[in-house]
Amino acid sequence: MEGKKWRLGVPRALFYYYYGSWWKAFFEDLGLEVLVSPPTSKEILDMGVSLAVVEACLPVKVYYGHAAWLSERVDALFVPRLVSVERKSFICPKLMGLPDMLRTALKPCPKIIDSTINLSRNPQKGLETAVRSVARTLGFSGSKVLKAKEKAEKCYKAWLAKQREDKLTAGTTENPINIGIVGHGYLLYDRYLGMDIPHKVQKLGSRVYLPENLTDDEVEEACRVLPKRLYWTLGQKTMGAVLNFMERDDIDGIIHLTAFGCGPDSMVGELAERYARRCGKPFLLLNLDEHTGEAGLNTRLEAFVDMLTRRCSA
Amino acid sequence: MKVTFPHMGNLWIVLKTLFTHLGLDVVVPPPCTKRTMELGVRYAPESACLPLKVNLGNFLEARELGADTIVMAGGVGPCRIGYYAAVQHEILKDLGYEFDMVVFEPPDVHFSEVWDKIKYLNRRPWQEGVRGVILAWQKACAIDALEQQLHRLRPLEEKPGQADLIFRKALEKIDEANDRRSIKRVYKEAESELNNIHRRSINPLRIAIVGEIYTVLEPLVNLDMEKRLGRLGVEVVRGLFISRWINDNLFKGIMPLPNHHPEKTAPPYLNHFVGGHGWDSVGDAVAFSRSGCDGVIQLAPLTCMPEIVAHSVMPSVQQDTGVPIMTIYLDEQTGEAGLQTRLEAFVDMIGRQKNNSLNKGIINI
Repeated sequence: MEGKKWRLGVPRALFYYYYGSWWKAFFEDLGLEVLVSPPTSKEILDMGVSLAVVEACLPVKVYYGHAAWLSERVDALFVPRLVSVERKSFICPKLMGLPDMLRTALKPCPKIIDSTINLSRNPQKGLETAVRSVARTLGFSGSKVLKAKEKAEKCYKAWLAKQREDKLTAGTTENPINIGIVGHGYLLYDRYLGMDIPHKVQKLGSRVYLPENLTDDEVEEACRVLPKRLYWTLGQKTMGAVLNFMERDDIDGIIHLTAFGCGPDSMVGELAERYARRCGKPFLLLNLDEHTGEAGLNTRLEAFVDMLTRRCSA
Repeated sequence: MKVTFPHMGNLWIVLKTLFTHLGLDVVVPPPCTKRTMELGVRYAPESACLPLKVNLGNFLEARELGADTIVMAGGVGPCRIGYYAAVQHEILKDLGYEFDMVVFEPPDVHFSEVWDKIKYLNRRPWQEGVRGVILAWQKACAIDALEQQLHRLRPLEEKPGQADLIFRKALEKIDEANDRRSIKRVYKEAESELNNIHRRSINPLRIAIVGEIYTVLEPLVNLDMEKRLGRLGVEVVRGLFISRWINDNLFKGIMPLPNHHPEKTAPPYLNHFVGGHGWDSVGDAVAFSRSGCDGVIQLAPLTCMPEIVAHSVMPSVQQDTGVPIMTIYLDEQTGEAGLQTRLEAFVDMIGRQKNNSLNKGIINI
């Protein structure tokens, strides 16, 4: 299909919050028109909730909503089968089956580009295979693809560095407390789904630290105390951030943001909470689902911040 | 060292034989009851899947009998079972119980990791251990063969419950059996007793049970689903058996038993392995639907990730094959009455569907 100008839909959900810049730069360099769905809204959430099976977790339901929004507006949907993005680690079973799940749910369903991305054996080679496979489906090959890949990687690295420096640490009060907020990127950075909790906490007058502010080495280092290697990429990131924040004296409390029905988080969160309790660091677990009310959430956050402030000034 | 292990259906007979032959002091946890579930639920994370909770209950009950070492299976992702041991260990530690946990899973770096664990457990000459493995395997095969006959008989027997009684007695005898000859004898006896049961001459509905292995094999968590279906006049078929699981996963399929081929049957509905038994569930649902089953029931613990993927693609399978599929999620809140109603409704529906299509056939002729 060389020469055809594809209109490619990329849902703004799940791993868009990690690799969105990579994908966008890659496809645009190949000369495709990329349509990213708008930020999550009530309409999109409701669409997703009505399409997905009830037991799926909230972020997956939201993904369904974004895909449904795009399905009538594009030639093809980009839903990669993300098996693994690093050595010997997985994402989550639901992401391994996502393209098939969407095919069943979306009627009519546009063409889905579902190249498998599996870097668990050999990251370099795995990535190359995945990129080639995506490009082949779109009708591209050869040096053009390699050039686009290089450009995408450059864009991605720049974005990553910016995200690392992007700290919400400007305190709004005289003696701000420091709170570490951990959770998956698609909850922390999706302002509707995750209720914009990092900014909310900042507005309550505290400095906020996020997992993305840590380097990979810091996360790896913190995870060494675990009894067994965590084989979920995001679980490892969450756990590493919790352990890092726990050890630091400058962090006063930790908030763990999770979505109802998240499998890995049910284990990682439990361990994190137990470790935090043992070392006496205040720990708040916020579990979001489609019924979570904003008022109730605000009250919990205020109470937590108040408690930390009193604890620190005492 | 007193060794215990988690329950899963009749797996305890197999494991007990194996560990006894390794020269270990074995504590079989008390059979799963409501108390086991309550104990597990009290201490386990709320949104963890059900096997973790019930297994924790098993460990706590085995602890009361003096167990201090746990042997269990693990994994290296993406299913949660690989992290069960780590979480359970921390929970037990916070409760003040120090267990020694030996977890069998694919090695992270080198095969010697598995070897070391076997050496750590083995207390007797190697020949004894090998004999134990063979005996345990034979017991697993005998139990599963009898259970298949039980599935066929349940809907047919005139006085419900007879076949179950024979099966339960046979289980006790297989547990006591100490060599191949006695296993064979027990099997033959039970078989002839089963054959003597008075049967009704009806043509029962056939329903396949697929899904996550623990919920399929453990009667406590699926509330004796197979017996319930049997009473409703349904012959249950399933692809998951202990012997087949051992053959597929530990013996790499060298024994001549039917094994799962999700890579052949699951596409185009599900094109990739998704951890746990998700792929097998879809593959089995397709295979059973095509081989003449009247309905399929998928069982899964609530929040089970691989089964949610399987559940999500089941509508496509159902549409293409025309065989109804029902998914049931089980957790500690599952009530008997609700489950019974769902099963009755499902059985009524497929019964009517089958009758309609038969009647149509007659009219057409």
